[in-house]
Amino acid sequence: MATDAAVLERPRAAVPSGALARGVATGYLSLIVLLPLAALVWSSRAGGLGAFWDQATRPEAVAALKLTLGVAAVCALINAVAGTAIAWTLVRDRFVGKGVVDALIDLPFALPTIVAGLTLLALYGPGGPFGVNIAFTRTALLLALLFVTLPFVVRAVQPVLLELDTEMEEAAASLGAGSFAIFRRIVFPNLLPAILSGVALAFARAVGEFGAVVLISGNIPFKSEVSSVYIFGQLQSGNESGAAAVSVLLLGISLGVLLAIGAFRRWRTRHDG
Amino acid sequence: MARYFLRFGALGYLALLLLVPVGLVFYRAFEHGFGHAWDAVSSHQAVHALELTLLIAAIAVPANTVFGIVLALALVRTRFPGRGLVNAVVDLPLALSPVVAGLALFLLYGRGGWLGGLADHGIKVLFALPGMVLATMFVSLPFVVREVVPVLREIGTDQEQAAETLGASPFQVFRRITFPAIRWAVAYGVVLTTARAIGEFGAVSVVSGRIEGKTETLPLYVQARFEAFDTPGAYAASVVLALIAIATVVGLRAFHPREETAA
Amino acid sequence: MKAIWIALVSIALLAGSAAGASKGTTVDLVAYSTPKDAYGKIISAFQGTAAGNSVSFNQSYGASGDQARAVAAGLAADVVNLSLDPDVDLLVRKGIVPKNWKANSHKGIVSDSIVVFVVRDGNPKHIKGWGDLIKPGVKVITPNPFTSGGARWNVMAAYGALRRQGKSHKQAVQYLNKLFHHVPVQPDSARTALQVFSQGQGDVLLTYENDAIYAEKKGVHTQYQIPKATILIETPAALTKTGLKKPAAKAFYKYLWSSTAQKAFADQGYRPVLKSVAKNYKFVQPPGIFTINSAKWGLNGWPKVNRRFFDPNKGIMAKIERSLGH
Repeated sequence: MATDAAVLERPRAAVPSGALARGVATGYLSLIVLLPLAALVWSSRAGGLGAFWDQATRPEAVAALKLTLGVAAVCALINAVAGTAIAWTLVRDRFVGKGVVDALIDLPFALPTIVAGLTLLALYGPGGPFGVNIAFTRTALLLALLFVTLPFVVRAVQPVLLELDTEMEEAAASLGAGSFAIFRRIVFPNLLPAILSGVALAFARAVGEFGAVVLISGNIPFKSEVSSVYIFGQLQSGNESGAAAVSVLLLGISLGVLLAIGAFRRWRTRHDG
Repeated sequence: MARYFLRFGALGYLALLLLVPVGLVFYRAFEHGFGHAWDAVSSHQAVHALELTLLIAAIAVPANTVFGIVLALALVRTRFPGRGLVNAVVDLPLALSPVVAGLALFLLYGRGGWLGGLADHGIKVLFALPGMVLATMFVSLPFVVREVVPVLREIGTDQEQAAETLGASPFQVFRRITFPAIRWAVAYGVVLTTARAIGEFGAVSVVSGRIEGKTETLPLYVQARFEAFDTPGAYAASVVLALIAIATVVGLRAFHPREETAA
Repeated sequence: MKAIWIALVSIALLAGSAAGASKGTTVDLVAYSTPKDAYGKIISAFQGTAAGNSVSFNQSYGASGDQARAVAAGLAADVVNLSLDPDVDLLVRKGIVPKNWKANSHKGIVSDSIVVFVVRDGNPKHIKGWGDLIKPGVKVITPNPFTSGGARWNVMAAYGALRRQGKSHKQAVQYLNKLFHHVPVQPDSARTALQVFSQGQGDVLLTYENDAIYAEKKGVHTQYQIPKATILIETPAALTKTGLKKPAAKAFYKYLWSSTAQKAFADQGYRPVLKSVAKNYKFVQPPGIFTINSAKWGLNGWPKVNRRFFDPNKGIMAKIERSLGH
């Protein structure tokens, strides 16, 4: 109704002294995130814009960037599907050991990245129990990233599913709608913001991951070297501004992707409410 | 039925990508016997590493939780210029390679850095607890925000508005209506934040200086065991981290007892 | 709740910033990761001497490049032991280590090793010399020379060996090119390279002799071949300017060349620089051994070698790495 819409338009905060709280939050964000990032950006322009561009567009840097972004995108998409399915199973389904599985979901996150790398190498490298040797291939790289980004979509969708009112689904079911149709038309639109939230996180982590990837990736330039390894190599070789330049470019692209995901969400959910 | 197909698919994916690797970690930790694993995690160095890890988490997690809820409310319930940008910036720490995060902190707090002068006045940031806490906060920042924002959007403002028209103060509205609705999101956000805070290696390693017995967290201890060819010890210490993460989930589940699960 | 964590933070900050209040001096040792066990013994032994009485130590171990950068950013260090000279030179440039740090009888070199080939049990591919590494089908594992300073020793060992065989600079570089085309994976550090190799990848691993010996001691079976011509790996240790002001640090630095300390290094697989200790160990001397300063074979010291081979943009290895993916 018109009045409801007008009421929604008014800015309101549901927390005491909203402006103060927002100020504190902004200050916190600045200290913890923005200041270090600013120092990094500043360092990357040390040699001037020309030098920045030179460093950032070196052939190996570009190749690493393409590989990183490509694999991160695939990883995020697979997570969107698998993560939703897993969240659904953990919330709506009942089976023996569900609680145990639920408690383990965050482990890829709590284990130091070297352990993740070692374990994946042991499983999917030569001499692994499955008899496959895909170590140092792009598949292995993708597997490592899927491992470390596992919790994101799952944990983003779970709380939304838990809060979801099942009335509409039950109504639709009683009207004869099949389960897939119910999912597509009723449940999915409600989950989309959460899924996108998790996808954004998964993409960001996949772009920045180093430890789990460096062991199982070949690190051969133009073939199997991701940006984080390339940047590390530049840093180790004393090319600090070059490392900063590539990092800043990568950050800029990631920011663009994250903004796009946000815009997509706003576009898709405009029809609600 | 679709349910079984879904369950089979989801569990299969999890088995391959989660259960088997985690199982291997546990297996490798205890491969040489429980005694060896216990020795690795009960040494003086290991215990200190555990204490330091827990201390850092005890600071970083509540800070990021409070920040996360406040920012989520600001992002969803209010409008301010640059909202979309702030939303995206919050995720950026994750996209930054840990080596670079460490570099950024060096550039800020190190010798010759913007705030390098702090060290001259006796305030040690780098290679001491404050730097490690800052690095941990940096890498675990987004999770509570990310969890709460979609739920806030999902639940809408009807109930909050109703309460306000009935005369409730903003704080009462938050405490009685908003927070109960987002508590699962907050819980999962805390779980993710804690897991990341205890398990973070890269950025903390750079910023800690790796001083044995002083600035060595449990993940750094894991790395040290690996370097010393004590791989079972490294896995044993990782098991401790895994157990903390599991305990966090279990603890939060007990604290917020589950309502009915939809059939 | 907020009050509680504000209190926690304050306590933590105070705890973190407070200087260690203890009797006697503290010496800050910052080293690369491998000699950790050796230093454990050396420090205990030193604390038993008169000069080391009531001296406590802060020890930090990590990858050499990381450690150098940490010290450059302000990590307290009195004595640094890194895996190659350029890492110490970085600290000289930043004014942390005095320019004359090499002015002692051993030129600041505290332990030696050599580049060796780790092969599979029984050496099924009969890998004996550098030429065998580029035989068809042979897969070589070496860390990435841009992420692992130590891997640069591998590259210069190969180059120097080829030059010693009479090959020209151009031919030696061609060899390096061929060699790196036989490398399927370049792990980021020596330790991870050994891990990758011991899990079954590759036919031969290029690494330091002391790493191979230490791994064997720790239960990871490593059979290695010493090529006829190889490079002498010299690991430097230096006193920083702050260390120079501490008598205990100076005494500890000097102690690194005592027979006790040298024996500790040798027990971990290093070749001691003290001849009197070396004779008690059965290290094989390769007939064609050379150093990074063997100008005869085109090796003119690390600064020139670094610029020529390892400049991230124009270096010889950068060009070779670029050709790998194409």
